[in-house]
Amino acid sequence: MEWLHRICPVTNMKVCRQAETLLKWNAVTAIVHLLIGLIAAVLLVLTRWQAVHLLPVTWFYRILTAHGLNMLIFFIIFFEMAVLYYAGPILLNCRQPAPKAGWLGYALMLLGATMTNAFVFAGKADVLFTSYTPLRAHPAYYFGIILFAVGALIQVALFFATVVVAKREKTVSGTIPLVSFGALTAAIIAVITLIHGAMVYIPTFLWSMDLMDMDHQAYRMVWWALGHCSQQINVAAHVAIWYLLAAFTVGGVVLNEKVSRLAFFLYILFISMASAHHLLVDPGLSPAWKVWNTSYAMYLAVLASMVHGFTVPGGIEMGQRLRGFNQGRFQWLTRAPWGDPGFSALWLSLVIFGFGGGITGVVIGTEQINIIAHNTLRIPGHFHMTVVGGTALAFMGVTYYLLPLIFRRRVAFYKLAQIQPYLFGVGITLMGLSMTYAGTFGVPRRHWDISFTQSAFSVKLPTIVDLFMAGTALGGVMAFLGGIAFVAIAVVSVFFTRPLSNEDLLSGGPGLPPGISKMPKQSWSEEEAAEAHKTGTPGTVTLVVIFFICFILYYFANWKVLAALWKVG
Amino acid sequence: MHSGITPPEGNWWLPVPKDEKRWITVSFIWCMIMFAIMPLWHWKGGQNPGGIRGRVSAADFRERTKQFIKDYEVGKEKGHSVVEPPPGADVYLQASMWRWDPVLKLKKGATYTIHLSSVDINHGFSLYPLNLNFQVVPGYDYALKMTPNETGDLRIICNEFCGINHHRMVGKIIVED
Repeated sequence: MEWLHRICPVTNMKVCRQAETLLKWNAVTAIVHLLIGLIAAVLLVLTRWQAVHLLPVTWFYRILTAHGLNMLIFFIIFFEMAVLYYAGPILLNCRQPAPKAGWLGYALMLLGATMTNAFVFAGKADVLFTSYTPLRAHPAYYFGIILFAVGALIQVALFFATVVVAKREKTVSGTIPLVSFGALTAAIIAVITLIHGAMVYIPTFLWSMDLMDMDHQAYRMVWWALGHCSQQINVAAHVAIWYLLAAFTVGGVVLNEKVSRLAFFLYILFISMASAHHLLVDPGLSPAWKVWNTSYAMYLAVLASMVHGFTVPGGIEMGQRLRGFNQGRFQWLTRAPWGDPGFSALWLSLVIFGFGGGITGVVIGTEQINIIAHNTLRIPGHFHMTVVGGTALAFMGVTYYLLPLIFRRRVAFYKLAQIQPYLFGVGITLMGLSMTYAGTFGVPRRHWDISFTQSAFSVKLPTIVDLFMAGTALGGVMAFLGGIAFVAIAVVSVFFTRPLSNEDLLSGGPGLPPGISKMPKQSWSEEEAAEAHKTGTPGTVTLVVIFFICFILYYFANWKVLAALWKVG
Repeated sequence: MHSGITPPEGNWWLPVPKDEKRWITVSFIWCMIMFAIMPLWHWKGGQNPGGIRGRVSAADFRERTKQFIKDYEVGKEKGHSVVEPPPGADVYLQASMWRWDPVLKLKKGATYTIHLSSVDINHGFSLYPLNLNFQVVPGYDYALKMTPNETGDLRIICNEFCGINHHRMVGKIIVED
């Protein structure tokens, strides 16, 4: 079948023009929403830092609503649509099925996002991102989100159609590559998530017009089946991107296809149970329900993440060893391309997600430990290290490769791009850890004034909390600057530089990450593989042992703190 | 052997390398340990969020709180009733925009069944500086047996967003010997 495409000079694969255009529009729209979310973010950290206390109370909660929506829903899901076009038609070497439906989906998402944002900024929806009923927003707020979800479902459906097309037209031999398999996982979780989105927003839309009743505990449960599951789309998507960036930057290999794919499969089976993480100290649910669901059925989705936490660095290690960095335990790491923003973003994302977000998440998601964490700053501390330090940073890293590969542009301000992942990663880690520590003193999340000067009874937080709040602000501002640098680089590259020819792309020069001008070797013979397996991955073994010790220490330290409190039950 | 963007050729259902197998085993055992600790803590541990859970209408809960205050009121503070229930009593703590009622006086070492509910929207019970947190959902009665183990002058911070005066919503619990 004839279809409009070009041959990518780097990967030698067919790139469908239709898919490429859809990818570009979704990615650019994602970055516009990222910019809105970033401006909101800096206003928020500068308000929570009581020394500045920037926003008035009404605007604090309004901007907080906008921040959550634009970052967690609009930016991330638009970007995930772009990832699906990449892992779909482009990695699978096939045509884009039904591109018009793709445009319809995109248009619905944009319309929905714009409508919802308009009502938020107009002050018609000061209900925060979670909009817990009986807080009530204007019906158009809920309707906008419904439109967005329908649009996203359409684009996700096209990804499934793409896999069918690739199979039927035999554009991939055998099975689809691991990165596409990971994206498929994300797409399946997206369907589960968006169905829950419909289950919660359609009744709430009707309720907001007084057309039906609402049980407020049921709302919380179903809303979080959307709210938390959408973070699991992110996990599956950014793990897929880890494998993708490992391949492009250092020729990272898949240690064992079976293990990595089964780990993705565990995500599909169990990860959607995480709604429970938000309901552990709620009145409407039994302990048995809480224990079973919060642990994703005996922690099997945690097991999946721990497996990827080994196979991703392990694949990087073995890829590097195959390329000749075979000295000692850590030469593969010390000689890694730390100046390649694709690689540094990948590595920082992996470390921040695992050590920061992962450990804190499992610990505060333990039924009883949640008593000393629920709705404190420990919660946003945790998820800024998963979804920002993990997902957003991985998305930034892959953008540095998509710019030349898909947009066919040099990365503008390349020197800035080289430090951007560090600035953003260090900033978000400082912020996440500071929030986590402040939260252990009981500092509430989503709170305008922790000096409590206007409250009925005075509350005096310990002085050390000031230090952690200053750390939150400092880290937040650093991450904001890193985020703005990213937006500037992306926008200038796409709109203010010339498109590159095939020769330009291969000739290298400034603004092209090293994996573009000289793509690392992607396949090795069976003999080479057997030889590599003899050495194994001793560096990665050391890293996961360190990780495991941190995990155990933090886990039992929390039980110890809990055990000293009042008896309650 | 190949990267994650290359389709695997031939049979890819291969035996798992040694290091990977060990890590999966260790991780699996750790997952089972973490899973087992939660039910064990229900059995042996002192802090659990189970409670006695039921439904209650706003009007009923308001009524119960009123009766509770009438039964055990010992004074007033800043527009709040101060209530000293006997050890073992059922205590009603009502959350509303934007106050916690009443102020409680409890005895160290005594056990109380504290009923939490909201008469309007979601609120968050956060006992400061202990950092004990529970969600307060309208329509639901969350009764938790609590045993203060230290004396002190404690605060209840609302830690669920409840509108424009959320930051002013602070209650008080006094624990005496």
